[in-house]
Amino acid sequence: MTDLTINGVKHTHNGDAAMPLLWFIRDEVGMTGTKFGCGVAQCGACTVHLDGQPIRSCVTPVSVAAGKNITTIEGAAADKVGAAVQASWRKLDVVQCGYCQSGQIMSAVALLAKNKAPTDSDIDSAMSGNVCRCATYVRIRAAIHDAATALA
Amino acid sequence: MGILNRITGNDGKASNSTPLINVSRRSFLQGTGGLAIGVCLGPVACSSKDAGTAATVASNIPAFEPNAFIRIGADNSVTVIAKHLEMGQGAFTGLATLAAEELDADWSQVSVEAAPADVTKYKNNLLGGQGTGGSTAMADSHEPMRKAGATARAMLVNAAAAEWKVPAAEITVSKGTIRHAASKKEASFGQMADKAAKQPVPAEVVLKDPKDFTLIGTLTATRKDSAAKTNGTAKFTQDVKLDGMLVAVLAHAPHFGSTIKSFDDSKARAVAGVVDVIRVDAVPGVNRAAVAVLAKNTWVAKQGRDALVVEWEEAEAFKLSSAEIFKQFHELSAKPGLVAGTRGDTAAALKKPAKLIEASYEFPYLAHAAMEPLNCVIHYTGDSCQIWNGEQFQTFDQAAAAATLGLKPEQVSITQLYAGGSFGRRASSKSDFIVEAATLAKAAYAKGVKAPLKMVWTREDDMRGGYYRPAFVHAIKASLDKDGKLVGWQQRIVGQSIAKGTALEPYMVHEGVDHTSVEGASDTRYDIANLQVELHTIDYQLPVLWWRSVGHTHTAYAVETMIDELAHAAGKDPVEFRLALLEKQPRHLGVLELAAAKADWGKPLAPIAGMKRGRGIAVHESFNTFVAEVAEVSIDADGMLKVDRVVCAVDCGLAINPDVIKAQMEGGIGFGLAAILHSEITFDQGKVVQGNFGEYPMLRINEMPVIEVHLVASAERPTGVGEPGVPPIGPAVANAVFAATAKRIRKLPFGDQLSA
Repeated sequence: MTDLTINGVKHTHNGDAAMPLLWFIRDEVGMTGTKFGCGVAQCGACTVHLDGQPIRSCVTPVSVAAGKNITTIEGAAADKVGAAVQASWRKLDVVQCGYCQSGQIMSAVALLAKNKAPTDSDIDSAMSGNVCRCATYVRIRAAIHDAATALA
Repeated sequence: MGILNRITGNDGKASNSTPLINVSRRSFLQGTGGLAIGVCLGPVACSSKDAGTAATVASNIPAFEPNAFIRIGADNSVTVIAKHLEMGQGAFTGLATLAAEELDADWSQVSVEAAPADVTKYKNNLLGGQGTGGSTAMADSHEPMRKAGATARAMLVNAAAAEWKVPAAEITVSKGTIRHAASKKEASFGQMADKAAKQPVPAEVVLKDPKDFTLIGTLTATRKDSAAKTNGTAKFTQDVKLDGMLVAVLAHAPHFGSTIKSFDDSKARAVAGVVDVIRVDAVPGVNRAAVAVLAKNTWVAKQGRDALVVEWEEAEAFKLSSAEIFKQFHELSAKPGLVAGTRGDTAAALKKPAKLIEASYEFPYLAHAAMEPLNCVIHYTGDSCQIWNGEQFQTFDQAAAAATLGLKPEQVSITQLYAGGSFGRRASSKSDFIVEAATLAKAAYAKGVKAPLKMVWTREDDMRGGYYRPAFVHAIKASLDKDGKLVGWQQRIVGQSIAKGTALEPYMVHEGVDHTSVEGASDTRYDIANLQVELHTIDYQLPVLWWRSVGHTHTAYAVETMIDELAHAAGKDPVEFRLALLEKQPRHLGVLELAAAKADWGKPLAPIAGMKRGRGIAVHESFNTFVAEVAEVSIDADGMLKVDRVVCAVDCGLAINPDVIKAQMEGGIGFGLAAILHSEITFDQGKVVQGNFGEYPMLRINEMPVIEVHLVASAERPTGVGEPGVPPIGPAVANAVFAATAKRIRKLPFGDQLSA
């Protein structure tokens, strides 16, 4: 039995503690904003925060997340930085197919939480683990700068 | 059903090989009238506020449905029914803009819902069936959607005139408010909806003069799917959860053409949570044989799948390796092929030229690799079937599922969800993954499994599942006269046909030539007096498919890099050389001149220490849209290439949503860059080598250039933008690399060829 706190709500997992967190969040809790893209931490679509740090939930066993605070895209707006990033994403119409964008936003929020004024190069470093097949990168970069300005 | 009509070129004249709008990727539509399913389902819907929820749909009580495309609720909501799939290209937003413009709705009251699968109402007139593809959404729907909006508006106005007893001509509508100034009366759409519903539908409506547009061409921050896609509520197939649903993960045959000899599922069944194991035989030439593990959740199903031991019968399997494939292609390219397009006397023009340039090009197989791996939710009940899918080809898929299940097409309903990318893959010419899902559902049902099933492909299943952009070899010979004028062009193209062996063959293959193999070459608008394009079609049992911009993905690269090569051989500037060959093509000239001017063509690039720098250009027409791109590159001493900046000019006729057009150019450039820099699917004795993003790298943010997009102002009919941004980027970059290094890259992807 594993106790997990997701967006401030407690959940209990009774199955295999080696199961990646992604599948607990999606299939057991039923929160589907966090996406399955590759299963091997190469695309970032499954990015969530574990005590504020961005992690790839597709390779993170449920056991590792026990007792920690998990934040998913569904909880992003509760945080000032998260809300600002989402607002900038909408303002610049970043999304296309949208499948990767929960992960993109969670990575961007983690970046802005520790770096209030990232350069393009900071953005490239922090965001290069998140693939967007629609290649919305020009706007992702612009939206992160826009959110930084809004938060300043 | 006549999928695919031949249509003439943008100038209305049939060129020597008639341009065809391809049934390619791009979206589709939807489904069913299906019963409100579950809590989180409902049709895909999105509003500007909190899109994508069942609540949005539920609140939209239909009070007034003037036609199949618009519903106005008593709550003042305006719902636009989208017949084209939203897979990222912005179709929902475009369709809503067209209808809302003529309706004079307030943009904030408009939401979009995917249409059900119903070809009588939602046929794509450019494809001939219900489906999305070939960058046709705006071209197909701009007039019908405007008429739908104008009809609704006229009925609202007539209702107000009757209610207020004033002449209809004195009534105005603006931002969702109906007004009669003299009597100071006003009403919202919602207040007038039930009365409008009783008005006769006008036979004719007058559309706005473009100078009166308030939404078309002006909106920004406008995407109707932005909110749902930034807060996690947008629903994709992968997100569907139905009561009692089981997840299926499959062990697929490693070779195309294999069958199942035997399997041992004892270890799979021992995994806690595994419910059943189902044999899924293949339809030859359509899908791969597989064994499916059904479980309560995806992880358990995958654990079970990984524990299966399957023995495959490989006697009939595809066993070629990439080197053998390309050897065959190159050998054939030395021989004459079927003539796909010809003018003048090419043989004579190549005989004793002042200069002869020869080159051959190699293009690999490519996977679509959309971010959402393929999947499908299916519920077969013996006498009906419901499907939930990011559905791009309703008419085909409905028929294919019905045939597999022994049902009539009308017994199969399809609910359309957002597609997490497609790039052509979900517009499967043989409905491969739908057939697989239906085969699985039928076999499971026969074993007593009555639950709905979610079939989930892993990334590796998706990447190794075939339906690739076919590999091609091009061999070109071109001649210049003594003045450096291009006078002769022979191009031999070798590869698999996308259409052959599919239901589309009668519409797309003529006298043995699949138009999608040669489009962009045989119909080139360059004024070359003597030109012959020939085709060799190779038949493999390896399934191939359209991939964002189809034939143009390789023809534009071969043609535009060769043109560049010829310009240099003639001692002419590459832009000047092209302008001279395109004198009679005003729209090509328009984008070429605009891109060159905005990129400061002719002005030296600012030097960067330790870097070789170069600028290259390419221009290409695809899907009746014209695009020119200028790429600026830097290459360091180790041969590391960086594309610094791309300047793009596009002419797609009337710009309905300029910001969406810009986004599609940006995305198309990034998508094309990934392919030319990194992507190839290779075979080792028939097995696909690449399985995940480690072996099939995606373009990442650190590789994305700065991009500027400029639109040519135009009143021509709108054409598509989902694909046309892709073709020019490869040759523009290759030409820039030549400018920087004097090296010609003729084999894709670039890989490490510059560091050699």
